[in-house]
Order: sequence, then structure tokens, then C-alpha cells
Amino acid sequence: MKPVELINISKSYDQEQHVLKEINLTIEKGEFFVLVGPSGSGKSTLLRMIAGLEAITDGKLKFNGKLVNHLPPKDRDLSMVFQNYALYPHLNVEQNILFGLRAKKIAEDEQKRRLMQTTEMLGLSDFLKRKPKELSGGQRQRVALARSIVSESPLCLMDEPLSNLDAKLRAQMRMEIKRIQKKLDLTMIYVTHDQVEAMTMGDRIMVLNDGVIQQVGEPIELNNAPTNLFVASFIGSPKMNIGSAYIENHQIVIEDTLRISADITTVTGWLKERKFTVGIRAEHIKQTTEEHATHQLEVVNVEQLGNETLITFEIGNVLWTAKWLGQWLVSVGDYVPVSISMENIHFYDTNTGDLLKAAEQEKEREGIAL
Amino acid sequence: MNQLAIPHDHLETLELKNTLKKQKILRWLKGMLFLAPSIILFSIFLFYPLARSIYLSFFLTNNTGVPTVFVGFENYINIFTSPIFRNSLQSTFLFVLYTVPGAIIISLFLAIIANEKLKGIGFFRTMFSSTMGISVAAASVFWMFLFHPTMGWLNQILSYVGVDAIGWLTDPKWALLSVSISTIWMNIGFTFLILLGGLQSIDRYLYESADIDGAGYFYQLRRITLPMLSPTLFFVITVALINAFQTFGQIDMLTRGGPQNQTNLLVYSIYREAFMNYQYGPASAQAIVLFIIILIITLIQFKLGERKVHYQ
Repeated sequence: MKPVELINISKSYDQEQHVLKEINLTIEKGEFFVLVGPSGSGKSTLLRMIAGLEAITDGKLKFNGKLVNHLPPKDRDLSMVFQNYALYPHLNVEQNILFGLRAKKIAEDEQKRRLMQTTEMLGLSDFLKRKPKELSGGQRQRVALARSIVSESPLCLMDEPLSNLDAKLRAQMRMEIKRIQKKLDLTMIYVTHDQVEAMTMGDRIMVLNDGVIQQVGEPIELNNAPTNLFVASFIGSPKMNIGSAYIENHQIVIEDTLRISADITTVTGWLKERKFTVGIRAEHIKQTTEEHATHQLEVVNVEQLGNETLITFEIGNVLWTAKWLGQWLVSVGDYVPVSISMENIHFYDTNTGDLLKAAEQEKEREGIAL
Repeated sequence: MNQLAIPHDHLETLELKNTLKKQKILRWLKGMLFLAPSIILFSIFLFYPLARSIYLSFFLTNNTGVPTVFVGFENYINIFTSPIFRNSLQSTFLFVLYTVPGAIIISLFLAIIANEKLKGIGFFRTMFSSTMGISVAAASVFWMFLFHPTMGWLNQILSYVGVDAIGWLTDPKWALLSVSISTIWMNIGFTFLILLGGLQSIDRYLYESADIDGAGYFYQLRRITLPMLSPTLFFVITVALINAFQTFGQIDMLTRGGPQNQTNLLVYSIYREAFMNYQYGPASAQAIVLFIIILIITLIQFKLGERKVHYQ
């Protein structure tokens, strides 16, 4: 009995324009599940279908084993936080939070108990009599959160709840939402376009693009073995460095410029003579000394982040970025020694974008971590 | 150096002050330039007539409107002791009481049903707002036919049902009601359109959130739609009230104040007094009374509105 099951869920408008195609998904109890994808990928539509705000064209949606396709939102026993919070501007914080409970005619003292508990947890006790317009963005966010918590529904849906906050507040609310979710043992479905949010908050993540599931997995899994080029470039910051490559004289030649020696015997079996695409994470273009360097690359851009340095190189027609811990005083035009190792490289099929072989190094590290 | 610098500084601040002053005057002139058309038009068509009416209300005039005898407040005393004016005042208040709530409740109902997203709803929206495009004169002619004692559809329908014909516009008991019904019909278009606009500007997320919270249709209507619509409602009520007090066209077309002065509303009474009886003094006094009534009611409404209306 899974709290949420999606079986072959599809959505189309006018019988032709497919927004979502055959989504199959199971969400566990108490799980923080993140739907992530670029805008227009259908993630919000999927969430609204789960909420009952959008009709399901095809497929089955089950809550706790029961089919709910036909149920209106109010009978699905869930709560939802909207991107713009959807607070009632004419009601004060207390009335906003209790709106749903009053609509459902829940006993007065029970309302009071839940209100006290929730507002204390979210630090809203001092603002109960204020109108939404008298609150800051972060406080409004909390009211929206409180309204969802106070319903005590076991399933909570969130549609980009943090996208209207500034970066600092966003980081803080990320932690807070995650903390509350664990504390109340909520099953959470969280929609975002921000991969950092997805990686930091999700127990599991589903990457969606053009209405098709790209990959479902734990954050580490998505980072270490992205199943296709889309996930590879979408997850991770800065994004994975990607280049087209082929094999020549026992070397992998990337973008016709970068040559990496490879143990050809392990590779040729599945790569043969065709072209393919390689991907390498920014942190795997390592800083090294002159004698250990595999390559000397010219710096075209430097970003100092304080605790780390992003250095951009030009590899053929593409730009690759390296992420080095610490502060490195390099300037544009310098040639710096780097080490790029075969074991950090992911191999993808150029035509389909599918993963041919994930990097060995990362698999090992995953083993150690576990 | 220092000694020199101080007077120089002083000079600079003086110059700055002067420039700022000049800029201020220039800004004021520019503002006035933009206001000038309104000020001129209002002065000619509003402020001067208002002042002239107040002046005239203290005089008796000859039949060309030239003040002849100063009578002080006698005009006011006379109209308030006149049973015809008191009757006209009563009719006006009754008329307002019938038409304002009537038009707004019907329009609100129509706007709420026309706000649903259904196929072909555009047709109904056009129909419901169509009376806005019909002039009072045209609408009055149309209603005159409906109200016609023998040929009118209303009486024909009544006769089918077996009810005696009603003298819609000729029976003193019915005349005011008949005029009110036609006025409500004429006002629905405008009121409907404004209310529909108000409804459509309510964020749809509020309803979605309420759906998830488990609020039913009527709960949402009472707790979300009406409060969120209150600024629009307030506007519509204010405009409708003022319009109702100033009704003239349909009275002139349908009943000419009759029967037995039952539909002799204030503006029509003023018109009669001034342009049929050539009593410009008493007519001006009536006009000032009407002005004060509308002013007071609007003020009261704003005072009450402040507490009840939720602006975003």
C-alpha cells in the first residue's frame, strides 16, 4: 500500500498535444519526493493532476491502493502550497491558516490547538492578526506552509514554494521545510526547477523533460550516474562538461583537441570506431603540479567564489569548467596544468543521449560512502 | 583659503536653493497645464452652474431666468411645505430603493454564472452586457411597447394566464414599479460588465487552494468571492445610487411624472419647475436639495465602505 502510485499517467490537450507521457511512479510513505525539470517540462501539471486540479487524460492515480482519478481535490486528503502562496488578501494570518478547518467545520478547540502548535513551530505567533500584505515574503511563505500543515493531511504537495524568495531566505526555508517534513512524517511531493533545491531536499528525485521521465533516483545516484545527457547537464552545478569524442591511436580525442590516454582494451568492446559523447564533472578536472599534469589548458574565464574557484577552458568549440577548492590566483590567458583521468569520464551515445558507461571512479566512491 | 571657501559655499547653497525654487515653480506650471482642460471644462459646466444655482435658489425670477426679488430661504421653506415636492422626494427614495438593490443583485447573479468557464459563455456575456449599448430613449420606447395596455406583451401574457390587464404606466399603484423595472433592465448591462470584470480579476489560485482545503461552492462564494469583489461592489453601488437619484430620461419618455405625480422624481420635478413653470428660483432650490442628498449619502457610504471594503 503505497501512499501515491501513478500508473501510465498521461496528459494531453485536444487529444494531440502531449504534455505528459506514460508516467509510472511510486512514492513511499514519509518520503520527500522532488519533481525537477526545466520550465515547460510538465512537472507542475503532474502535481496539479495529483492534487485533482487538472483532469487526468489517461492512466491510473492511486492513493493507498485506492483509485482517486475521479475524486475532487477536497476528497483526496492532501494539502498544497502554491508558488504564489494563494493567501486570502482579505483575511488575517489566523483566518488564512484556519480557512480550511472552518470550511470542514472542525471543532473550535481542535482548531485552536492546531493553530497554536503550527504557529509556534513556524514562529508566526506574533503575526496572527496581520493581513498578508503586511508580511514579508518569508513570512507569507510560512503562512502558506502553516495552512498546509494545519490540515494534518498525510500528503503534502508543493509547487515551487521557494521561487519567490531571495537566495539567503531560500536556503533557510529549504532546511526548515525538510525539517518539518521529517518531524511530521509527511509524504511530500515537491516541484522545483532548481536542481540545487532538488539535490539538497529530496530523498528521491525525478527528472522530467518534455513530459517524459528522464531518471528517478536518489540525489547521489543522479549525480554519479546520470542516465542520459539531459540529466547529466541538468543536475550538478556547474553543469557537467560535455564534448563529442572518438577513439584514435589508443587515445580518446575530445572535440578534436583534447587527447586522453585510455586502456583501449576495456573500451573498444562497446565503443568500436564510432563517435560518442563524453561527460566529466567540473570537480574532476583537477588542479595538479606541472609533472603530474595530463594537459596544459588556457584559461578563458575565472570566477572567484571565495571558498572555491571556477575556471573555464576552451576545448575545441565548447567551454569546460573546472571547480577547484580554495582560492586560486589564475588569470585569463594563463596556461594551467590539469589532470583529467579516464576513470572520471562518463560515456554517452551521441544520437540517443543514453548512458553507455558511467565513470568508474564515482561508483567506487559510492561504495565507500555506503 | 578657508575664509574664502565659506562665502563661496554659502553662495553655492543660495544658488542651489534658487534653482530648486525655479524648478518647483516650473513643475507646478507644468502640472497646471495638464489640469487646465479639466479645470476649464469643470468651471464652465460644473462650478459656475453650481454657484449660479445656489445664487438663484435665494431669488424669484422672471420667466427668462433673471433674478428679480431676493427671498432668502423662502424657496426652501416653500418646497418643503409643498406636498408635491414631498411626494416627489418620497417617490425618489422608493425608486432608489427598488432599482439599486434590484439591478445589483440581478447583475451579480448574472456575473457569477457568466464567470464560469463554459463553452459559448461569450455569447451570454455579450447578451447580459448588451443593454449598456442601448440608449435610455431607445430602451424607453421598447418598454413603452411592452407596457402598452392592450397591445403590450406583458398584458398579453397576463391575459393568457387569465389575469386582468394592468395599467403599467397609468395605474398610480404600478407606475413607479414599472419605471423601476425598466430602469433595472437598462442598468444591468453596465453593472454586469463591471462586476464580471471584478470577478475575473480574482486570482484563480485562491479558489484552487480553497478546493484543496475542502471549501464548498457557497462557502467560497461567501468567504472569497464576495469579500474580494467588495471594492467593485462598492464602486457599482456608488455609481448606481447617484444615477438613480439623477434619473430623468425614462420618466420623461414613459410617464412624464404621472399618474398623479407618482413618478415625479426629483430631477423631473426640477425640470418641470424650471422649464414648464419657469420658476427658476424654486427649481434651483430643489436642485441644491438633491445635490445635498447625494452628497450626504455618498459620504455616508464612503464612511461605511472604509470598514467593509477590502482593497488589495
